[in-house]
Amino acid sequence: MLSITNIHASIEGKQILKGISLNIRPGEVHAIMGPNGSGKSTLAAVLAGREAYEVTEGSVSFLGKDLLPMLPEDRAHEGLFLAFQYPVEIPGVSTTNFIKAAVNEKRKYLGQEPLDAVAFMKLMKEKMAMLQIDQSLLSRSINEGFSGGEKKRNEIFQMAMLEPRLTILDEMDSGLDIDALRIVAAGINQLRTKDNSLLVITHYQRLLDYLEPDFVHVLYNGQIVRSGTKELALEIEQKGYDFIKEEAGLAESL
Amino acid sequence: MKDELTTLEKTIAKDYAYGFSTVIATDVIPKGLNEQVIRLLSAKKEEPEWMLEWRLKAYRHWLTMEEPGWPNVHYPEIDYQDIIYYAAPKNKGKLNNLDEVDPELLRTFEKLGISLNEQKRLSGVAVDVVVDSISVATSFKEQLSAIGIIFCSISEAIQQHPELIKKYLGSVVPATDNFFAALNAAVFTDGSFCYIPAGVRCPMELSTYFRINTENSGQFERTLIIAEEGSYVSYLEGCTAPQRNENQLHAAVVELVAHKKAEIKYSTVQNWYPGDHDGKGGIYNFVTKRGLCQGDHSRISWTQVETGSAITWKYPSVILKGDYSVGEFYSVALTNHYQQADTGTKMIHLGKHTKSRIVSKGISAGFSQNSYRGLVRTGKHATGARNYSQCDSLLLSDHCGAHTFPYIEVKNATSIVEHEATTSKIGEDQLFYCKQRGIDAETAIALIVNGFAKEVMNKLPMEFAIEAKKLLAVSLEGSVG
Repeated sequence: MLSITNIHASIEGKQILKGISLNIRPGEVHAIMGPNGSGKSTLAAVLAGREAYEVTEGSVSFLGKDLLPMLPEDRAHEGLFLAFQYPVEIPGVSTTNFIKAAVNEKRKYLGQEPLDAVAFMKLMKEKMAMLQIDQSLLSRSINEGFSGGEKKRNEIFQMAMLEPRLTILDEMDSGLDIDALRIVAAGINQLRTKDNSLLVITHYQRLLDYLEPDFVHVLYNGQIVRSGTKELALEIEQKGYDFIKEEAGLAESL
Repeated sequence: MKDELTTLEKTIAKDYAYGFSTVIATDVIPKGLNEQVIRLLSAKKEEPEWMLEWRLKAYRHWLTMEEPGWPNVHYPEIDYQDIIYYAAPKNKGKLNNLDEVDPELLRTFEKLGISLNEQKRLSGVAVDVVVDSISVATSFKEQLSAIGIIFCSISEAIQQHPELIKKYLGSVVPATDNFFAALNAAVFTDGSFCYIPAGVRCPMELSTYFRINTENSGQFERTLIIAEEGSYVSYLEGCTAPQRNENQLHAAVVELVAHKKAEIKYSTVQNWYPGDHDGKGGIYNFVTKRGLCQGDHSRISWTQVETGSAITWKYPSVILKGDYSVGEFYSVALTNHYQQADTGTKMIHLGKHTKSRIVSKGISAGFSQNSYRGLVRTGKHATGARNYSQCDSLLLSDHCGAHTFPYIEVKNATSIVEHEATTSKIGEDQLFYCKQRGIDAETAIALIVNGFAKEVMNKLPMEFAIEAKKLLAVSLEGSVG
């Protein structure tokens, strides 16, 4: 589904990603862990097409298409969804109107008729019931004055409405207490199918208790320094990132 | 990196869709202003002697006045001798029928989306069309006069209803009120006149469409609306002008009078040519608009969507004289490129238990400057007066400015005056969030701007709300629709 080959990326001339390769197949859950500043969020931003980042080397193929030349909105239409670490507030734009615009822009891209008000409300009601989202949240301006938990649940609700093939969860657990985390993770699990994949970016093992990754990769200093199964996450939880750093440092000095 | 335009800036580079000019036979008098010119244009309009006297008095007073320097706008000095004060499409005569209108002119209005053709005309809206200095057509006149409503050009009203004109012209905005109002009083050429008799609810929207066509000409229109006791009228004006490199002056005066329990709702969709991307050309829109809530329980509501003009200088105001009268001002002012707007309102509370509400939404993009200037005054006798003001600014670039100048003068201890203000900015973060959801920058900006302006847009008559919404989007975007 997603095939990243030797990606190098920089921002304002500063090299952040230094050759990352990763292969995600349909239905798989991959976790990317790593200490602060290792490049985890940069990877998410590069995949989503954030303009400030410059890809200097490497390529990315998504569902057989060359991802990097695509506009961010087209990447979204093709089925790539980024759940933001800090969802952005847009005053004056109701959550419902925002999602309606998103759904219909995607349909336009796919050559489908836009959903009329009735069909759209039906779809919304269905997804709201599934994720136990309250109507009042949707009539408010998007993310404005939302609590941390509400923002993240709203991200998952948008994911449900847009039905992406690949979802990147950028630090989904930040700003959430344990109860909110469980609710959000349960929502994500409900949306999983054998065709859809997840790329979970996180500091902590906690979220992975709920999402159970097939593979765990450790990012350090812009490179994947170790890959393994979910047991690797547990090992990190126990030992911290220091042993990884030492290993990496050792490898560099050799 | 710093010199590159952000996505936002690229997206809001716009083109003006109404910039074409029409080649029609035009009757033009030479440039310049003096008593002879005023006599000439008064004669062309076959005006009675008292009207000419009124103009000359205004002109003589104007000569003693100075152009105001206090607005937060900057422009080179205007040479008032370099302006054409009268330009009119030829073969006007007395038109009994729209078929007599120059077909080229009809095509112009088709192009502007306003059909003068009886069959195709927007139902439920009566239109008066003013090109340069004169009114060329007014629709639905007969239907309206059947219920006692007078809707015609002000020139015609001067001829046909001198008693009303003598009584009301200059009664709200005196000929000596301010520099531009005095200039207008001296040289105004046309505009609309509406009279709603007591107890009549006007069954359709009345509207005037203003078009400046002739190069180097100024447009000085004058509109007068009178609502007698217990009557209601909703009026809308729209305007466009061709794209030219020189600045053109538009100095209008609008006067509204609402008697006891009468209501006037006045909406403006202003889309004069704003100048090009570098700030060259565009209309100077220096306008005085004022309503008088003369009677108890009367109500005047101004709604404006201002997207055009190089410079906008206007403060639609309400004098709340009648007890329990209500004044409202709802405004969206959008400036882009090098446009400048200094706009707002004055709410003058004189009567007891008078109420006013001000909602101003300023949107600035490019290198533009957008100022809200508002005065709320409660007089000594305005017991229990109330005002609520809300001024919000939305910034779309790093180079634009948003300013708020609220003035509050309270002379009665029982009055309550509230003022709230916010400033926000569309950031690259918001745009990227939208794009990641599949919403491109243009659609995202339209969504955000319309969300921001919603409260005001909802006040527009339904027939025009959709148009105005599109106008906001088009004014900010390269290509929409």
